Amino acid sequence: MTTQQLIDKANEIRACALTMIFNAQTGHTGGAMSVSDILTVLFYDAMNFGPENASSPDRDRFFLSKGHSCEPYYAILGDRGFFPRSQLATFSQAGSPIIGHPNNAVNGVEVCTGALGHGLPVAVGAAIGAKRTGKAYKTFVVMGDGEQAEGSVWEAAMAAANYKLDNLWAVVDRNGLQISGPTEDVMALDKLSEKYSSFGWDVTELDGNDVSALHEYFHSDRPKGKPHMLIARTVKGKGLPFAENRPEWHHKVPTVEQLREAYTALGIKEVRF
Amino acid sequence: MEMRHLRGAFTQEIERLATEDKTIFALATDSRGSVTLTDFAKHLPEQFVECGIAEQDAVGIAAGLANSGLRPFVCGPACFYSMRSAEQVKVDVAYSHTNVKIIGVSGGVSYGALGSTHHSTQDIALMRAIPGLEVFIPSDAVQMTALTDYLAKSDIAAYVRVGRGAVPVFYDVNASFTPGKAVKLKTGCDGAIIACGEMVYPALKAADKLNDKGYSFSVYDMFCIKPLDTIAILEAADTGFVLTAEEHSVYGGLGGAVSEVLSQVKPVPMTIMGLPDEKTFSGNSAEVLAHYGLTSEGIYERAVEGLKKWKSI
Ligand SMILES: [Mg+2]
Repeated sequence: MTTQQLIDKANEIRACALTMIFNAQTGHTGGAMSVSDILTVLFYDAMNFGPENASSPDRDRFFLSKGHSCEPYYAILGDRGFFPRSQLATFSQAGSPIIGHPNNAVNGVEVCTGALGHGLPVAVGAAIGAKRTGKAYKTFVVMGDGEQAEGSVWEAAMAAANYKLDNLWAVVDRNGLQISGPTEDVMALDKLSEKYSSFGWDVTELDGNDVSALHEYFHSDRPKGKPHMLIARTVKGKGLPFAENRPEWHHKVPTVEQLREAYTALGIKEVRF
Repeated sequence: MEMRHLRGAFTQEIERLATEDKTIFALATDSRGSVTLTDFAKHLPEQFVECGIAEQDAVGIAAGLANSGLRPFVCGPACFYSMRSAEQVKVDVAYSHTNVKIIGVSGGVSYGALGSTHHSTQDIALMRAIPGLEVFIPSDAVQMTALTDYLAKSDIAAYVRVGRGAVPVFYDVNASFTPGKAVKLKTGCDGAIIACGEMVYPALKAADKLNDKGYSFSVYDMFCIKPLDTIAILEAADTGFVLTAEEHSVYGGLGGAVSEVLSQVKPVPMTIMGLPDEKTFSGNSAEVLAHYGLTSEGIYERAVEGLKKWKSI
């Protein structure tokens, strides 16, 4: 995809995710919007993972550790054809497998996530598995910034460096907010990149809402012998004029007027499942 | 009588299996010595993952290894794996259906005087309430070896708890075991003892003494807490009195599981023997068990008490 196509796709995914949240009258709007560019670049540009190789042992592995941002993840899986896109209409409906956190009963989802601090350890295991079995697949995991307060993240950060997992890419969606307010007020994280550097990671910081920067990063040669950390600075609620940088939009649901306003801002005419 | 510890039986068998099947992995949390995995780590380094003292991470890593097509066994003290990493067992393993086996060693009050921090006396209650997870409490080394063979073949996640010390080997080396099927070790008509783990052998001794006094008891080894053998439990209830014995809290363990079955289908008087709801008495494991009457003598006494109370014998 060209840069413009990635930008358009990310906005389409945002509109789709927001519509799912509106239909279900539940969801995590803010983080869904901040992470959409990261997920779009991973699934349409960077990873060797699609419905055609979803059960191949050689597929790249993806884990959404910030599981509450499942709406754009499901929207992408539906759009990529891991399951019929029409099923996105069942998001959070009674009996649907497409629930409010990633569920591996859905094709394309590797493991169930949503309890924070679980994704990085599992990704470390998948990356060790690749090394030990001589497989070339890469492992990707996306975490939240509020999630960094979970101790299990740092257990895994230590293990990833210990095992020199240069086949592991971790991304922190650094939107600066969590449910109670700014991360720096709730539990100070800075300097996050220095924390990971001191743990022995190859750390990069960039604008996580810039698809071309993300594209460049994921296609760049990284140092050998170290796991890779991308601190992706993002805007929570990105793309929604009424939600950007507002903590209350962590899990607020848009009104029908706000949904229309969002479509306009994102350049989307309509969303159909 | 031959005495063997179950952790040794496990590690001997798993190393044998892993030598042939390169997908079998063992993980430890600075626990290779206490689990007796030192030889495994030395002989099969490419199939061994040291996780450091980080149980949550170890279970998550195991789930990731399973996701990459491997068959990981996470091994360490039962007290930590049943509590510290309980959420990883629930989410990364059971809920996600990753084929991870958790081998909790030195379980129950094996660690004796190290105290409640190192006792695992809530693990049956906790683990059996998690959907998608099998739970086994084997009773001797022969059974542990057979169970290890099963676990290596099975695609279902499991939690297994074994003790620390050497305990009597009472099964014939050729005995076979089926998950979901309790082993009926004695047949009687005055009452039934259902035990698990290292309480099975004392239960057998208690039944011998009861027999000497003129009371015949059935004895069941309920090594499979989940899947539970409900048919055996209903059969035990035909005697009119069921006593359960376990190295676990009296809340939610084997006794709880048996009473859940009987109270709804065939209510009969029960005695649930286990550890009371208090900070555990301090001493070595034999002393702790003796303090709470979890011995053949203690089981005998509670059985007689039950007969007097419920059967007017
Ligand atoms: Mg955040």
